Amino acid sequence: METHQAKRVEITIEAVMENRLTKALLDAGVTGFTILPVLGGSGRSGHWSREGQVTRAGGMVSVICIIRPDRLDSLLEAAFSVVDRHIGVVSVVDCEVLRAERF
Amino acid sequence: MSDMLALAVGNLLSPIILFFVLGFAAAFARSDLSIPEAVAKGLSLYLLFAIGFKGGASVAAHGIDATLLLSLGAGIVLSFAMPIIAFGLLRLMSGLSVTDAAAVAGHYGSISIVTFVAASSVLQGAGIASEGYMVAVAAVMEAPAILSALWIIARFGQSSAKMESGLIREILLNGSIVLLVGSFLIGWITGDEGLDMIAPFIVAPFQGVLCLFLLDMGLVAGRGLREARSVLRPALFLFGVLMPPIGATLGLGFGLLLGLSPGGVVLLMTLAASASYIAVPAAMRVALPEANPSIYLTLSLGVTFPFNLTLGIPLYLAVVRALTGA
Repeated sequence: METHQAKRVEITIEAVMENRLTKALLDAGVTGFTILPVLGGSGRSGHWSREGQVTRAGGMVSVICIIRPDRLDSLLEAAFSVVDRHIGVVSVVDCEVLRAERF
Repeated sequence: MSDMLALAVGNLLSPIILFFVLGFAAAFARSDLSIPEAVAKGLSLYLLFAIGFKGGASVAAHGIDATLLLSLGAGIVLSFAMPIIAFGLLRLMSGLSVTDAAAVAGHYGSISIVTFVAASSVLQGAGIASEGYMVAVAAVMEAPAILSALWIIARFGQSSAKMESGLIREILLNGSIVLLVGSFLIGWITGDEGLDMIAPFIVAPFQGVLCLFLLDMGLVAGRGLREARSVLRPALFLFGVLMPPIGATLGLGFGLLLGLSPGGVVLLMTLAASASYIAVPAAMRVALPEANPSIYLTLSLGVTFPFNLTLGIPLYLAVVRALTGA
């Protein structure tokens, strides 16, 4: 079956910044994304866990976008404008998709 | 003095405090006991709904007067002013950076609704009535402190605070405030009749749900304190237990000046003494991401919250009893 080259961008960011990030992505022309909850983790700001938390302040979410390679720069610029000052990780990997027209 | 001791011991041996201690101890002992995030949020929603509705129903039963508006005004003034006092104290005592000190100060102008609920529960146990509209005072005290903290940063810092257009709306319409105020208004509109209809859900199970929620708070506070021991210097710990009585003293002054009932004065003291751990941390993460969350969350939840819960509330009640003879 024929597949097409794409980029998979994963942005793990503070939960309180989720709406700002997704708005920036949509404004940059991203046609879709998936948001996943993050249970816990550890990093430069120490260990954290979502267990028992009633505030979004200590939580993180993961936003995943799959896009055409030529759209990568505009997406990263949009993402960077939001995550610049905040805790988070942005990573990009190559992937392949079946239906290129959807991305 | 013996009355005060009896009150303090009675408070320490109440189920809600003992469940908090259980959670705290379990977290320190690295037990795998945990409350799932969704359950904790559900318990929190239940408490906000119940306390708001009961407050509204109480206002419907007893009516309103000018003291209601004055109390709301006092709450707003306290919430605006206390971050400035806290900021000055922190800079004097701890040597925290302007950014961290402003972020911590913002928490101490806002309120902890669970501390308020615990104080209401203590008053109920002691048979002391309070004004139902204190719930509304709690709601108006959530947000002004955030604005004060941002003003402090703009005035004294390197101006790194970012007041985004949507932030004010998010602060004023955060879920806790909407549910608390909404339940209060529905309780006010429907009055005793409405309360009778849902009493089996919001009155009888209330203490049990509060125990479970405080178990979770103990776990979260214990875990936070265990993880952040390195940032909690003695001066910061001292601030965490010194600031509540300062806030409570201001609350006492306003409460007596307004002529609130003894129960109302205790609740205003408790609100002024408590520190936020829901609304303000979220706002600080958006507006002031450079501030270290370990410092403000540990101080608010790991030091001030347990202090108020175990020693503060009985102390505030004893002071009001001594001054008013309640």
